[in-house]
Amino acid sequence: MRENLHRFFRAARGAGVRVSPAESIDAMRAVADIGFSDRGILKDTLLLTLAKTREEKQSLGECFELFFDHPELDKPPSDAADDTSGDEAQDEPKADNDNSPGDSSGAGDSHSGEGMPELGALAQMLMSQDRNEIATVIAQAANAAQLSEIRYFTQRGLFSTRMLDLMGIARLRDDIDALTTANPSEAERLAAATQGLRDSVREAVSQALLLYGREESENLRNDILRNAPMARLDPRQVKEMQALIRMIARRLRERYSKPRKRQRRGHLDVRRTLRRNAAWGGVPFLTTWKRRHRDKPRIVAICDVSGSVARVSDFFLLLIHSLHEVVSDVRSFAFSGHLIEVSDILKTKSPEEAMSEIMSKAGFGSSDYGRSFADFEKSWLNIVTPKTTVIVLGDARTNNLDPRADILRRIGERSKRLVWLNPEGRMAWGWGDSEMPRYATFCSVVRQCTNARQLERAVSDIVAAYQ
Amino acid sequence: MTDTRPAASIEAVESGLASAGYIANRQIATAVYLSERIQKPILVEGPAGVGKTELAKAIAAWRGVKLIRLQCYEGLDEAKALYEWKYAKQLLYTQILKDKLGEVLGHAETLPQALEKLHNFGDVFFSKEFVEPRPLLQALEQPKGCVLLIDEIDKSDAEFESLLLEILSDFQVTIPELGTVSAIVPPTVILTSNAERDLGDALKRRCLHLHIGFPEQKLEERIVETRVPDISKALRKQIVSFINDVRTLDLKKLPSVSETIDWARVLVLLQSSELDHQTVKDTLNVLLKYEADIDTTLPQVTTFVSKATKNVYG
Repeated sequence: MRENLHRFFRAARGAGVRVSPAESIDAMRAVADIGFSDRGILKDTLLLTLAKTREEKQSLGECFELFFDHPELDKPPSDAADDTSGDEAQDEPKADNDNSPGDSSGAGDSHSGEGMPELGALAQMLMSQDRNEIATVIAQAANAAQLSEIRYFTQRGLFSTRMLDLMGIARLRDDIDALTTANPSEAERLAAATQGLRDSVREAVSQALLLYGREESENLRNDILRNAPMARLDPRQVKEMQALIRMIARRLRERYSKPRKRQRRGHLDVRRTLRRNAAWGGVPFLTTWKRRHRDKPRIVAICDVSGSVARVSDFFLLLIHSLHEVVSDVRSFAFSGHLIEVSDILKTKSPEEAMSEIMSKAGFGSSDYGRSFADFEKSWLNIVTPKTTVIVLGDARTNNLDPRADILRRIGERSKRLVWLNPEGRMAWGWGDSEMPRYATFCSVVRQCTNARQLERAVSDIVAAYQ
Repeated sequence: MTDTRPAASIEAVESGLASAGYIANRQIATAVYLSERIQKPILVEGPAGVGKTELAKAIAAWRGVKLIRLQCYEGLDEAKALYEWKYAKQLLYTQILKDKLGEVLGHAETLPQALEKLHNFGDVFFSKEFVEPRPLLQALEQPKGCVLLIDEIDKSDAEFESLLLEILSDFQVTIPELGTVSAIVPPTVILTSNAERDLGDALKRRCLHLHIGFPEQKLEERIVETRVPDISKALRKQIVSFINDVRTLDLKKLPSVSETIDWARVLVLLQSSELDHQTVKDTLNVLLKYEADIDTTLPQVTTFVSKATKNVYG
């Protein structure tokens, strides 16, 4: 059963639960005490020892259900077989099968009739319809084929074949051939049973993929997604991208939300030290050090939501607004023809609803940077303080209207930093109606921001500037 | 009553906690059972008022051992949590013993000899006598074991967590002047957290992690029954059903078990035999702690009350 637990730990890691060796030892000790008899208690035990957050408990619970899904049937036999027979089964699967199940499936022999050619162990088992035995053999083959090493969905065929080979499919085929001449009806039955066996093996492999392969395939998918241009995603990918953005947000939160360590070294705070030690006649028993205050980032985000930039703005706003712990204050504005504030919409609504509302209020126009900046200056310039980072996200394509770079200069002068994120490739800046070079002179930083990786880097740098 | 042997089974834990007035579900009982078996602290998380602190009290009451509580707050340090030297006592003793010291050292003729003699005294002033044990050290020194409750660990600084690591994994602390103090009987350690900030992995790794959420309706009824015994059965059912409905609303602070109990007590005091629209409206402030939440709930009160009544009388 130890083997089984180890496999479960691996499956748990696949489900995104971090299981350290120490925790797995704890779990082992706990399970040794609890036993396997009560499934509910076993689940509780594993959840208690392995999962350390609510999300982890959730996914570990699902993983548990999946993992211990079917062993009601084959549990007693696999118990004994699991620990020892891994190697034997690999070397000589048929010999192994001949030894162990032979005696128990004796009933199958008499049942399958007389005058038959000598059948292989697997064929006998199938003919006798002994489901326990079959499940055991599948479990053994899975062990021998190291099914828990499966990582990608492309490996399904490989593992199915390997398992069937180990179970002695070759002999089974010979048996069917031999039977077809001797006893056609029996042969048909055996063929049907073989088909059933193939299905069960395939099912076992799919389940294993679900258990063990999740992590890898998710990593692979996320990797592709991270580098895909955000402006050109199909609807299915948008959902995945939102999940990815949430993941990035979590990572940034973890990295930057740690409580800022108080400054313990450095300059003595004479005033407060004297006051604190007044009781001892000013003899400084207790010292107080000067602290450096660090601000949490205050962000003003101004996003172009016209045309192809819209989607990037969408993801950007989603990311910024899921950084509550790290960022103390975010005000967001959206514009195409004119500019509106969208902070409240983003705060109260789900991402999809918020985006569609923003689009209906501000989107669907050709972008007018000049007018939008003027709108901003008129109503909201006072929220930009020397502690604020202003982020403008847009392609700087002004449709040949007045760019009003002078307003951008004033915003830049008032703010701590002015960052421009441009979803267009650098090569296109300055061509056609792009005013990027003109705007760039007033920005502290200008970055290209096409895919999720660049977006993460950009936001991470903005937050890090306050650390 | 004192029984330091670990409980025989999960059921035994459950009934033991019940005898101390704490109705536990199976997860909680399993956690307590396991923590005794494999000697691990329990880290309890969950919304405020679901009985995280109560659990520690109940274990202590059931086991008949002392409960030592360490309330965490920002700026808590080892002088307040672990131990402190009794500076005043040290000073006083040196004053009193001055003559004696002079006597002892007086016969020395040279400075090195005096030093030599002084060395022979050992660290008189840095001995156990002068250590003021704070909760963590106290917990280790209990001869019969105890329940150590480290409350609201998320309120403390990250450095304090690291201080706890030694005591959590090995049940010992190291005092530079004295050496390592190990627990006489390993205490049962309960840490609670409101998830105000994420705790470090090192701390989490050393603990069993128990999440207590809002209880199921049946369980909550039993909790109210034990805590407010003079309440009628019908009213109890109505209250719990009503509160469960309120929890489905989108509120700033959902009412938890402690609020349910408070409310039940209030209703018993007001001698109401069953829920009605007016009483609920008048006492809603027991249940909800924000003006905005009360405003959200008020329009729903009639529906919830009638639903609760229907649930009870079928």
